[in-house]
Amino acid sequence: MTLTQEQRLVLEAVRRVAREVLYPLAPEYDRKAEYPWPQLRALAELGFLGMTTPEAWGGVGLDSVTWALALEEIAAADPSVAVIVSVTSGLPQYMLLRFGTEAQKRRYLVPLAKGEWIGAFCLTEPQAGSDAKSLRTEARRVPGGFVLNGVKSWITSAGQAHLYVVMARTEKGISAFLVEKDTPGLSFGRPEEKMGLHAAHTAEVRLEGVFVPEENLLGEEGRGLAYALAGLDSGRVGVAAQAVGIARGAYEIARAYADQREQFGKKLREHQAIAFKIADMHVRIAAARALVLEAARKKDQGERFTLEASAAKLFASQVAVEVTREAVQVLGGYGYHRDFRVERYYRDAKVTEIYEGTSEIQRLVIARELYR
Amino acid sequence: MPIDFSLTEEQKQLQALARRFAREVILPVAAEYDEKEEVPWPVIEKLHEVGLLNAIIPEAYGGMGLKMLDEVIVGEELAYACMGIYTIPMASDLGITPVLLAGTEEQKRRFLKPLTEKPALAAFALSEPGNGSDAAALKTRAIRQGDHYILNGTKMWISNGGEAEWVVVFATVNPELRHKGVVALVVEKGTPGFKAIKIHGKMGQRASGTYELVFEDVKVPVENRLGEEGEGFKIAMQTLNKTRIPVAAGSVGVARRALDEARKYAKEREAFGQPIANFQAIQFKLADMMIGIETARMYTYYAAWLADQGLPHAHASAIAKAYASEIAFEAANQAIQIHGGYGYVREFPVEKLLRDVKLNQIYEGTNEIQRLIIARHILAE
Repeated sequence: MTLTQEQRLVLEAVRRVAREVLYPLAPEYDRKAEYPWPQLRALAELGFLGMTTPEAWGGVGLDSVTWALALEEIAAADPSVAVIVSVTSGLPQYMLLRFGTEAQKRRYLVPLAKGEWIGAFCLTEPQAGSDAKSLRTEARRVPGGFVLNGVKSWITSAGQAHLYVVMARTEKGISAFLVEKDTPGLSFGRPEEKMGLHAAHTAEVRLEGVFVPEENLLGEEGRGLAYALAGLDSGRVGVAAQAVGIARGAYEIARAYADQREQFGKKLREHQAIAFKIADMHVRIAAARALVLEAARKKDQGERFTLEASAAKLFASQVAVEVTREAVQVLGGYGYHRDFRVERYYRDAKVTEIYEGTSEIQRLVIARELYR
Repeated sequence: MPIDFSLTEEQKQLQALARRFAREVILPVAAEYDEKEEVPWPVIEKLHEVGLLNAIIPEAYGGMGLKMLDEVIVGEELAYACMGIYTIPMASDLGITPVLLAGTEEQKRRFLKPLTEKPALAAFALSEPGNGSDAAALKTRAIRQGDHYILNGTKMWISNGGEAEWVVVFATVNPELRHKGVVALVVEKGTPGFKAIKIHGKMGQRASGTYELVFEDVKVPVENRLGEEGEGFKIAMQTLNKTRIPVAAGSVGVARRALDEARKYAKEREAFGQPIANFQAIQFKLADMMIGIETARMYTYYAAWLADQGLPHAHASAIAKAYASEIAFEAANQAIQIHGGYGYVREFPVEKLLRDVKLNQIYEGTNEIQRLIIARHILAE
């Protein structure tokens, strides 16, 4: 695939921020489980938090292919930053752009696209993960709006984000609401102690009598699940791109290590078992990237891309888990130690098989699409 | 000897003892020591009290004289509760094995007996910063001076290295001789010039202490040498041929834990109006875990049986170690998958299983080295 001059320049710029800002800070933010604000600001300055949002709404109006390639670069340097970027741009911004009113776009999309705000997507609940339809958060109609009650779990950027897109049940079915961070009754749990992605805070979002004005209903009442699923198609392309980046980050370290480390009188790469591992990593990453770009291309062309997004997410997350595991293996004992970075990629990779729909859900979606 | 898969009464009692110990003493504190990255001395003390610490030491020197099959039965149970904590007694056995294999009567009495009288550990130091898998390329130097060796060098990734009463250190009297120049020396704790630096930041098995050992002009008496000069490499390899079997047993324990946790969760958790255990995609994952556990356990028993019969077991222990650690990794991975988001956080025990078990694919010879051993065995015919 050939990139345009513009795409190349953008990716060049992303790579520079990734190399100079994200990569050096990643180990420390992981260790401290600290939300990566300086990194997000550096990306926002260049417009990278609103990459696919049109310029009219504060973004830079690029295509999804560039967005996916940029996310890969970001993830290769710091997967935690990548998931935050993927969520804020792939879900709330995408949903606002497609389903929001003029006023909602002005009020919420613009600051999100400029990166002044971070957005969160609140669908999952303690008892409703893969089975989103069974969510229990309730939105009761009151004069002038709705009152929301319920608990959302595993919410990326909870407590840090400024805008929460919350799916809740009304008389007409599941609806989507735009909830600002400082709304009374909205509170957040402590960040979960996750195995990986420590810097990307994940927490519960609790809604206790949260009043949301009528004008903050996104799109039509009762259509919220459809909007959320549309958002997830887009979000899954982002997570798939993140998975490719995680795999690549680990692969690059393993490849360099195999070129330096000597055992039995020769470099590791001169041992066929290691050389073949490196070869397999390369091929699997390239194949995963191809699936990601195919989904992004279909999205750009306005075609249905549900199947492609799920296929890319399913495959790329498997590749991330396998490649990071093999990268740890290539580094041996050093791979098991945090100073060598690959153990972090390995811990980070696992969740790509879980969030924004587990691999099992992706298979369900793919099978359903195939028999549509 | 006819094929007999049953355990003896004594082995069943041993299994019940280890299982109870694992559930009552290890399981409740496993997450805490993992988090603190601290060696659980109270657990080690209790292991000693019930006789499960350094239990491979023969009765003649005050131990329980456990055979390999016994050890494997115990290992699976302890690792079920925490692989990291199990690594502590396992690595102590790793230190004890060279003494059992190559020590004189006098050395066995001197080094082994104290390990049965109090909660104390041994360690085994082969890997170095620059060579792990390629053990014959070790650089730690031992220079003979009268009735002493002067030891200089650095060892890496040594389990129990800072806690051990003594460490079996492999060094070379002449690097040009490669494996023929290796000597095995017992270095006692507190010997001047011997320093242990704890390595922080392991991904898993954080309850087990891992050390870098530095030797600067350490004087080791010749009577601390196991076997002859030049026999060290053989001693190390014979040791690992045995001690890989407990690594396999530990892996089986981790896999069994993964299955238990996954089963429990799958029966409780509902999605789409029914327990997720009703979905075939989940059932097949559980079935695959069971296939892995049963086959890995049987093969591990077989490798242990070969070792106990004094039959060749180098390739069998390599197969058991590589296979069991791989099925255990897969089981832990799938247990997380079945738990979904809950599998990725510390409140649930499965993410620790995955972090812990990754090391089983690396230590005591990476699985690549196991394949090298197996391939050599195949091609030797």
